[in-house]
Amino acid sequence: MVTATNETLLEVEDLQMYFPVTSGIVFQQKVADVKAVDGVSFTLKKGETLGLVGESGCGKTTAGRTILQLYKPTAGSIKFNGTELNGLKGNSLRAVRRDMQMIFQDPYGSLNPRMTCGDIVGEPLKVHKLTSSKSEYQERVSELLTIVGLSPYMAERYPHEFSGGQRQRIGIARALAVNPSLIICDEPVSALDVSIQAQVINLLEDLQEQLDLTYIFIAHDLSVVKHISDRIAVMYLGHIVEIAERNELYENPVHPYTQALLSAIPIADPVLEATRERILLRGGVPSPMNPPSGCCYERKCPDPDNSGDPIEMKEVSPGHFVAVAQECFDQYGCYWFPREG
Amino acid sequence: MAPLIEVKDLKTHFFTPSGVVKAVNGISYSVDEGEVVAIVGESGCGKSVGAMSIMQLIPNPPGRIVNGEVWFQGKDLTQLSDAEMREIRGNKIAMVFQEPMTSLNPVLTVGRQLTETLELHEGMNDDESQARATELLEMVGIPDPESRLNDYPHQFSGGMRQRVMIAMALSCNPDLIIADEPTTALDVTIQAQILELMQKLSKETGTALIVITHNLGVVARYAHRVIVMYAGKIVETASAVELYTNPQHPYTRGLLNSVPRLDERVSTRLEAVEGMPPNLSKPTLCQTCDAPEPELVLVNEDHWVAKCSNDSSCAGWFPRDLE
Repeated sequence: MVTATNETLLEVEDLQMYFPVTSGIVFQQKVADVKAVDGVSFTLKKGETLGLVGESGCGKTTAGRTILQLYKPTAGSIKFNGTELNGLKGNSLRAVRRDMQMIFQDPYGSLNPRMTCGDIVGEPLKVHKLTSSKSEYQERVSELLTIVGLSPYMAERYPHEFSGGQRQRIGIARALAVNPSLIICDEPVSALDVSIQAQVINLLEDLQEQLDLTYIFIAHDLSVVKHISDRIAVMYLGHIVEIAERNELYENPVHPYTQALLSAIPIADPVLEATRERILLRGGVPSPMNPPSGCCYERKCPDPDNSGDPIEMKEVSPGHFVAVAQECFDQYGCYWFPREG
Repeated sequence: MAPLIEVKDLKTHFFTPSGVVKAVNGISYSVDEGEVVAIVGESGCGKSVGAMSIMQLIPNPPGRIVNGEVWFQGKDLTQLSDAEMREIRGNKIAMVFQEPMTSLNPVLTVGRQLTETLELHEGMNDDESQARATELLEMVGIPDPESRLNDYPHQFSGGMRQRVMIAMALSCNPDLIIADEPTTALDVTIQAQILELMQKLSKETGTALIVITHNLGVVARYAHRVIVMYAGKIVETASAVELYTNPQHPYTRGLLNSVPRLDERVSTRLEAVEGMPPNLSKPTLCQTCDAPEPELVLVNEDHWVAKCSNDSSCAGWFPRDLE
């Protein structure tokens, strides 16, 4: 894929995250793996926003968390600013974490209800010892709250005194406290009302401009992702099935899953909607424990149930990649798309 | 033709220690037979409480319908006794709830939950209700319905559970189905399937549909008429095409402009609605002209907008907390 340059901030190669499934009470034996992320590769330039979309269970959140080393990846390499993150421990890992932060989906669950807003935002400052005096600390907390559009006097309040949108702003302020260069936003607006969503999206865009941030934006709503991202990666069953620049992906989707996903997004215009065709997919997403083979959705090739070809990312136009089983694609035009039922 | 259901000046208030919350504060609308009406608004605007009031499912205390009438097939539902209301619930008016995870009973098989209503309302025996339950599951597109009847809710996926909920709602051939955020908890691909299914069934059976949602985009394809609710009041109502092409109220415009559109080529900045919805236990005053009560004004054919009666320059009654 795209080769690393000076501008590259993050380089993920063949990332795998398997969770073991065990049986037995005393002597636990591993009986299978849930392949939540199974061979994900991409690069991310400084200042860029990459959107990760997919249905629940496709591995998009796990991919985000694995990049931050919140899970120890099963295999693969994650290079951040040229440093290999896999295998980092203790202080060196903590030092790297200063540069990458996360914003969580649930603004209700991700804030400690017993800490004041100011303590929540200031905790990263204490952990990383970023301020030398109490007054400097308080100044920085006030500054952070102001950046995200809250008032400094709100530092004394507890999370339950804030609305959902304001709580998400606290989460953003906490992520910004350590001056990170990469922020992974895991469904930051999914739990919010549409009118509040716009406020938070605008804030994230403003901050990116002011502070030169790089985002990985994880969401299941393609219209929000398309709005904020430069490039979009569509995930399905632990793999990236298609990745392209945002307008390219919307105008020329190649993979049948991307096409279905795009057609399912409603547009607020009844006249336009009446003419749009909706592509409904047959069957369901297979279990990531024991997925069927790659070509079984379209059934173009003579042996769809038994193709053991490895998955490759094929470049269909500059910067636009799609997952195929190589030999099958060359001969029959099959895309990689396992499906149940 | 008389409308199927007519809500007249409905007010539902909650009496809490910190004051009276006027969750629904004087709404009137009607739904015709076979019509699909969408009620749109953000959390806390009173859209769900309005629906619950129709079904007489408001927990009392703290809630109470303090004013208004709900006319359905010649009866005022607010005046009926509990026993009379049970005859209507699930039978004439059915409801589909938001969370298919929590609104099914986890310790009963899906089959039992379907047959229960049939035995109660239609007086069917075991075999008849089993046959009808199978038929219903098939209608909502669940493969292998006969064996799935013996499965428990946890064995179904989210989309399948919502299909089961729809099957339950359809079981007694109701005249009206109220769907409260039927797709909010689901993935977009499943969301499309469920809405497509509800529209198809409504066409086939002639059932009227009230869909409650917070996302104007979701209902653009399906609704005949849209009602926008805000702070316990109706602020705008019109046919779907009219409302989306010619929105008048600032809140409706805000809702439409705050959602990024998939067909935009260049991202323009989203126009967020600043501030927060007002506290409903305090008087709701319009942010531009301080008017406490709006008045629904006809601006176009069958297109009504809540305006302030004392100030004609005000675009619409729109109370907002701007802290």
